[in-house]
Amino acid sequence: MLTPKDIDNLAQLARLDIPADEKETLRKEVDSILGYVSEIQKLSGTEVKKEVGEVRNVLREDDNPHLPGEFSEDLLAEVPHRQDNFVKVKKIL
Amino acid sequence: MNIDTNKLTITSAHKHLMSGDFSARELAQAYLDVIEKKNKDINAYLEVFDDVLEQATQADKRIASKKNVHLLTGIPLAMKDNILIKGYRCGAASKILEGYYATYDSTVARKLKETGAVFLGRTNMDEFAMGTSTENSAYGPTKNPHDTSRVPGGSSGGSAAAVAMGGALAALGSDTGGSIRQPASFCGLVGLKPTYGAVSRYGLMAMGSSLDQISPLARTMQDAETLFNSIRGLDPHDGTTISPDMYGVAEIPKKFVIGVPEEFAYSKGVSESVVKNFKESIERLKVLGCEIRSVKMHNLPYALPAYYIIMPAEVSSNLARYDGVKFGALEEGEDLMQDYFRTRGRLFGKEARRRIMLGTYVLSAGYYDAYYKKAVAVRNLIRQDFKNVFAEGVHAIATPTAPSPAFKIGEKINDPLQLYVEDIFTVTANISGMPAISLPSGFSLVDGKQLPLGLQLQAPHGREQYLFEIGKKFEKIRGEAE
Repeated sequence: MLTPKDIDNLAQLARLDIPADEKETLRKEVDSILGYVSEIQKLSGTEVKKEVGEVRNVLREDDNPHLPGEFSEDLLAEVPHRQDNFVKVKKIL
Repeated sequence: MNIDTNKLTITSAHKHLMSGDFSARELAQAYLDVIEKKNKDINAYLEVFDDVLEQATQADKRIASKKNVHLLTGIPLAMKDNILIKGYRCGAASKILEGYYATYDSTVARKLKETGAVFLGRTNMDEFAMGTSTENSAYGPTKNPHDTSRVPGGSSGGSAAAVAMGGALAALGSDTGGSIRQPASFCGLVGLKPTYGAVSRYGLMAMGSSLDQISPLARTMQDAETLFNSIRGLDPHDGTTISPDMYGVAEIPKKFVIGVPEEFAYSKGVSESVVKNFKESIERLKVLGCEIRSVKMHNLPYALPAYYIIMPAEVSSNLARYDGVKFGALEEGEDLMQDYFRTRGRLFGKEARRRIMLGTYVLSAGYYDAYYKKAVAVRNLIRQDFKNVFAEGVHAIATPTAPSPAFKIGEKINDPLQLYVEDIFTVTANISGMPAISLPSGFSLVDGKQLPLGLQLQAPHGREQYLFEIGKKFEKIRGEAE
């Protein structure tokens, strides 16, 4: 069973600011969903391989680079805060 | 000539365009008129593009020059709000992407542009494609054109409603666990989920990367096939794409064998009207000359719980990119860490936050083995169930598409689990990576309204053609195709 502390811990890991009045509802919901998905524990499936999909290697030559700055303006136009050709964030250190 | 957007199909519209019965501009205008009249009630479109008529004029030039004319030239289509078209707004119906304009073309948008198709606008959806009712949109729910007190299904509910209300000839959506097929079932349309990798995901906002596929919602099987053929294929931008002959070339059998996993199809929770309609569909398939075979697939009931572990796990990593730094909206805090917490905590909706929390849990140390690792093992068991049945000569598996007809807006929104159960029949195709289609199979009379129902068929990897062939026969005896 999930505790309120678990919810705080998960929210911290996921970088989510969960409003205080929503925490208890969220705890109950996530708890009941976990209860439901735990159904799969009933299956003994350890003997199966744990790969996802038909595994193939997809490689390409590292050539044909695009021109420097070709996409910079388009991408930087979407940045919330920008300074010249940089993404601007608040001071970290 | 008078344009009736409720009757036209891509095939018939193309003929009219070619014989000059109407121009692409007149056709686009007819759709804009319907949208103008109906969208305020239905809320299928989040935005109608302001250059629709210009796009149509370009298509007209192409048709007049008789060069490079494609079946889709001048065909008005709707695009789900999680598929990028360069220079247009795109937001996955989320506040966290408020103000975002696509910086590049998705591969599907590029391919459709090459055909000369006309983009009408972007359609409403559950935020980041998470939901089965379109009620999780940050911009209000979409309503079902067959009964506006009911949901159109989800997450591609806006795309489905746009086509069903006569506001687009067809639409693209995305399907991670049933997000095209369930809305198709609720709105009386054809909805395809292709083989994983058949269509490039480049430029589709990722939800569950090992499950997502882009695909069409259309009025007829032929239209769905036309659209699918226009967007499929290998793409250097998406390493998971496959060439059309990756799984060999299918020979169309003289007699289709259709497997029915009876225990699963008639499990509890499936509404009476759906069971009755499904039995009728099976009888119709027999009339069409298909052999019906009862099959046992014991692991199918575990597909849904496995899905609700794998998908949120992938969601929690995919949605980490929305941080208020690189693009989209920012909710300012005191420092960078608070920027992250506020942006993500306040601009993601409830369902997005719920799934991020769930995914973080099932991937966390100590729980990984019991949940994620186990779910991946179950995924292989389910894939094996299908492979075994197909190896015995079965060409497709039939189930209902959804356990009930369209439900009321607000009826299930406070119980996430009840909404999750909507996916019970559809997730198996995403879990196995196999193609599946929902076809209109009739109606259920509820409170005086005719609500559409759907039949789902799932085929082996790379065998979309089986689905199209069976579907075309099935739709003929329903007598509804134009």
